[in-house]
Amino acid sequence: MTEVAWIGAALTAARPQAVAALLRYFRDLDVAEEAFQEASLRALKSWPVNGPPRDPAAWLIFVGRNSALDEMRRRNKHDTLPDDDVIPDAENNEAALVERLDSSAYHDDVLRLLFVCCQPDLPATQQIAVALRIVSGLSVQEIARAFLVSEAAMAQRITRAKRAMAESAVAFETPGPVERAERLTTVAAMIYLLFNEGYSASGGEAHVRVPLCEEAIRLARLLLRLFPSESEIMGLTALMLLQHARAAARLDANGNIVLMDDQDRRLWNHDLIAEGLILVEKAQRSGVPGPYQMQAAIASVHARAVRPQDTDWAQIDQIYSVLEVLQPSPVVTLNRAVAVSKVRGPAAALQMLESLAQPLAGYFHYFGVKGALLKDLGRAAEARVAFNQAIALARTPAEAAHIRMNLDRLNT
Amino acid sequence: MFYCILCYNLESEIDAWTREKWAAVLAKRETVTHKLAAEGRLGPVGRLMPTTTAMTVRASREALVLDGPFAETKEQLLGFYLVDCKSLQDALAVARDLVGDTGALEVRPLATFYPGIGLQSPLGTSPLPRFQ
Repeated sequence: MTEVAWIGAALTAARPQAVAALLRYFRDLDVAEEAFQEASLRALKSWPVNGPPRDPAAWLIFVGRNSALDEMRRRNKHDTLPDDDVIPDAENNEAALVERLDSSAYHDDVLRLLFVCCQPDLPATQQIAVALRIVSGLSVQEIARAFLVSEAAMAQRITRAKRAMAESAVAFETPGPVERAERLTTVAAMIYLLFNEGYSASGGEAHVRVPLCEEAIRLARLLLRLFPSESEIMGLTALMLLQHARAAARLDANGNIVLMDDQDRRLWNHDLIAEGLILVEKAQRSGVPGPYQMQAAIASVHARAVRPQDTDWAQIDQIYSVLEVLQPSPVVTLNRAVAVSKVRGPAAALQMLESLAQPLAGYFHYFGVKGALLKDLGRAAEARVAFNQAIALARTPAEAAHIRMNLDRLNT
Repeated sequence: MFYCILCYNLESEIDAWTREKWAAVLAKRETVTHKLAAEGRLGPVGRLMPTTTAMTVRASREALVLDGPFAETKEQLLGFYLVDCKSLQDALAVARDLVGDTGALEVRPLATFYPGIGLQSPLGTSPLPRFQ
């Protein structure tokens, strides 16, 4: 590992906290980002010589703040450039600084930074893109590649999103408990959108984009370290860990989707599963159930089954019944129908689908499930109609290919 | 004499490590541990799961179970137990049994475990300090 590479990891790790603190200080995202950028450049010069600081985030906040203040003075007074050595040596001041950082509410800083990316007027993909740029520090080129769009198009999207963010009023006071809870909910939703963007790409060729999933997990862990008692953040982290654990088994060598029942479970990442299972149990202890915890609990039932036939579908059905109350949605009912088909048979499941026909008329998975149930009931002609409707709604070639495979099976 | 070597680092930074960095770190450690094992000197080695999985049982009138790792800096690390538990609940029950009138026990699952070569203890087994 080269020096630049370890500094890169340190900068990536420190970035959310440092940019968040600089944002609180300057109350301007552009200034905060520039200050962090400048501090990073100085780190690249200073750290190889002096070694890594004990608290890189504190170092970057300190140096970033001073350099931005100098920049402002320079602009205001048209002064001559101050020498580099005018800036106080951060190393020497670090101890005092760390003390101040510990006592400050920096977890609210990071939450605020994530929250400002979640502008409700912006489409979800723009919220994610701007969070990847600002919080994660991915380059526009990297984000464009992850979303499979041109760099110019992505740059334009991010600029537009940032303008919307600059115009919105963000409270810089320490949030009260209610506001903090609201922010956490909004931010959790954005992180899960980011994960889903990587897990089931909404368009384009790639079906599983691992870096986006891993970045989502990294952000969730960061949030959970800052808010260790938030059971829904535990649930969200667990859910993503348990889903991501199956990534290596989800596509075959040709890039076709492999359904969970057909996956080689030895390819599942059992380290991630172990961590996910603990977080599910930890969240359950809180006694405050929530949608992410319930979805994680369902994923944990799958994860515990050594073979597909070991899956406790009755338990999954039961958890879905709780989720239907916590978060009523036709998609939840559709998923429950799959569990019901395993416990009570395809006819009972198909009956559940009747009420979903209208709300899910444009939903790929609805027709995929419907086709599969009809197939199981031996109603091949109706199954074919449903599968064809699914293909028309497929968002990726892998989704379409999977349904075509089902159609081929119908024909034999 | 047995020595416990405890690993500390910034977890946020570990989270940002690339696969190459992980491979490099583990390769370096393995050259050392292989040598120690060959010399018959290596005891159990474990990597802990992230602190996000941790809980803390703090001594109180009734033992308090808290989310998150042990976070205070006033107390010092004095020892550890390695226990095979069926679940987090099971592990917390053990910690509740163990916890004294003061102090805290952090309960954290292991991510990886290597049992070592089965060292013969040169130490006493009394839980009390020797001068008593």
